[in-house]
Amino acid sequence: MSAIPADLRYSKSDEWVRVEGDEVVIGITDYAQEQLGDIVYLELPRVGATFAPGDSFGVIESVKASSDLYAPVGGEVTAVNSDLESDQQPINSDPYGAGWLIRMRPSGEEEELMDAVAYAAYLEGRGH
Amino acid sequence: MDTYEPHLYELSAPGKHGANLPVLDVPETPLPEALLRQDDMNDFPSLTEPEVIRHYTRISQRNYAIDTGFYPLGSCTMKYNPRLHEEAARLPGFATAHPLQDASLSQGALQLMYELQEYLGEISGFDAVSLQPAAGAQGEFAGILTFRAYHLDRNDPQRVEVLVPDAAHGTNPATAAMAGFKVVEVKSDARGNVDLDDLKAKLSPRTVGMMLTNPNTLGLFEEHIVEVARLVHEAGGLMYGDGANFNAILGIARPGELGFDFMHYNLHKTFTTPHGGGGPGSGAVGCTAALTPFLPGPRVRRDTSGAYELFIPEKSIGRLKTFHGNFGMLVRAWTYIRSLGAAGLREVSEIAVLNANYARVMLKDLYPQAIDRICMHETVLKGQIAGAQGVRTLDIAKRLIDYGFHPPTVYFPLIVPEALMIEPTETESKRTLDAFIEAMRQIAREAVETPDLLHQAPTKAPVRRLDEVRAARQPVLRYDAEAFARIREEASQ
Repeated sequence: MSAIPADLRYSKSDEWVRVEGDEVVIGITDYAQEQLGDIVYLELPRVGATFAPGDSFGVIESVKASSDLYAPVGGEVTAVNSDLESDQQPINSDPYGAGWLIRMRPSGEEEELMDAVAYAAYLEGRGH
Repeated sequence: MDTYEPHLYELSAPGKHGANLPVLDVPETPLPEALLRQDDMNDFPSLTEPEVIRHYTRISQRNYAIDTGFYPLGSCTMKYNPRLHEEAARLPGFATAHPLQDASLSQGALQLMYELQEYLGEISGFDAVSLQPAAGAQGEFAGILTFRAYHLDRNDPQRVEVLVPDAAHGTNPATAAMAGFKVVEVKSDARGNVDLDDLKAKLSPRTVGMMLTNPNTLGLFEEHIVEVARLVHEAGGLMYGDGANFNAILGIARPGELGFDFMHYNLHKTFTTPHGGGGPGSGAVGCTAALTPFLPGPRVRRDTSGAYELFIPEKSIGRLKTFHGNFGMLVRAWTYIRSLGAAGLREVSEIAVLNANYARVMLKDLYPQAIDRICMHETVLKGQIAGAQGVRTLDIAKRLIDYGFHPPTVYFPLIVPEALMIEPTETESKRTLDAFIEAMRQIAREAVETPDLLHQAPTKAPVRRLDEVRAARQPVLRYDAEAFARIREEASQ
């Protein structure tokens, strides 16, 4: 069973969102990293880029597959986790901590997000 | 590591060479400065001819190929290539023809292209065919550019969205993106078909069209194909057929009659021209009369005197390839079609489908089916063996190497967890299939009883399990004596 912290909100495409002051931090869930396997490549947006909810903001690649990353909320990117450029391992080992992907200043628009209980049920419904 | 094949750099010694040049008997003239290499060439390997020959021959003997064994790669149709095709492609009139030769001196080659256009059109139910594209992905690109040209020609420029099912080959969304369009993903339903409700929700006046593979990458025939095509057409969109799995329906169903407007044929899959490292490919395309003026050119036609000539269609999207496509592949595909005939092509698909279903039925008690349906030419199973702890599809695939088989496609399609996708093709005998099935069943037993055999596999290949993660994270892309020594040292520990 993968970890689903109670204080975060989750998208159907397996991103998590944490509110920190007037910004949000975004990453992929423990379930997502398990499904992908070892991450070997990551493409993140530039600081200042803006996205609508559901837009692709980057690409993540493992030895198994390459996937788009989808913005769970709209807004402007204020920081990206540049430590991941040289080493993507934290996405696998610490997806909710050192493996965070981007920070955004939210525009207020967002995808339909789930709390931890709803996300756990959503994963259950997928047969895992 | 006794099977380690030294790199050419490691075999090199100063002063060795493969040819003796005669003494210079003319005044020496240096090359212009601009043509001289500036980098240090001192470490360029020096070897004798037999050393080089043996090095490459030894490496080639470690290859696993369709000519040495069973190669059940799903979604790829790794067919045996009959040697008759090679004979035909090497006929001097074809092999030595120059592409700039006048049409009057190339009538045989042009006739072959014309006839192949006609055959492919008949097999698929389309009005016109272009043999230009170099391979399947370029065929897709031709198709989507044709859709774009068609919509612009009708003065309907707001169409910017291409619908692609979540089961699609990765080239489909890549093609749509490369043509400048937005990709909209459509879900699959529980039977592996396009989810009609999701399709309806995503169709709009912005829809360029839909890209669909039928049978799809789950190896399943799209049961609602006629309805899907009707809905897309009602929304003003066009249907693109990805011909990757055409091997399943030759002589049985014609994409043009199923509602497709355009498709590509992978001559290197369905029509047995060399594939997988052998190449090159050929991604000929066919379409309806409405799209014919936009096809890439040149195409071949017959004039009133019966002579063959090249022409560019009136609203053509242009050329995709120099000269006439990969002509050698066209000769091979023509030979395949003519040597089998209509009845033979139908039999190809019937046996391909029979073989895949035989493998499916013989394995599904141990390897759960992704979707419980009769399959077409390939079957998708899951490497989730009951009672096996910590065994993944990757381990099963690696263990198959120890049994002398090339592993099937794994982890594709992406919508199936731990996917194992098996496509035997029509050329395999029951004896080969039984040996493969027995190996798969033995591996399932090992997965429960002695899982370490799977985790350590392969043990009988020239190299052991490769570290894919490290290779991707820390690639060594050119010879580096220190890096090579370090990697060998670590591998021997």
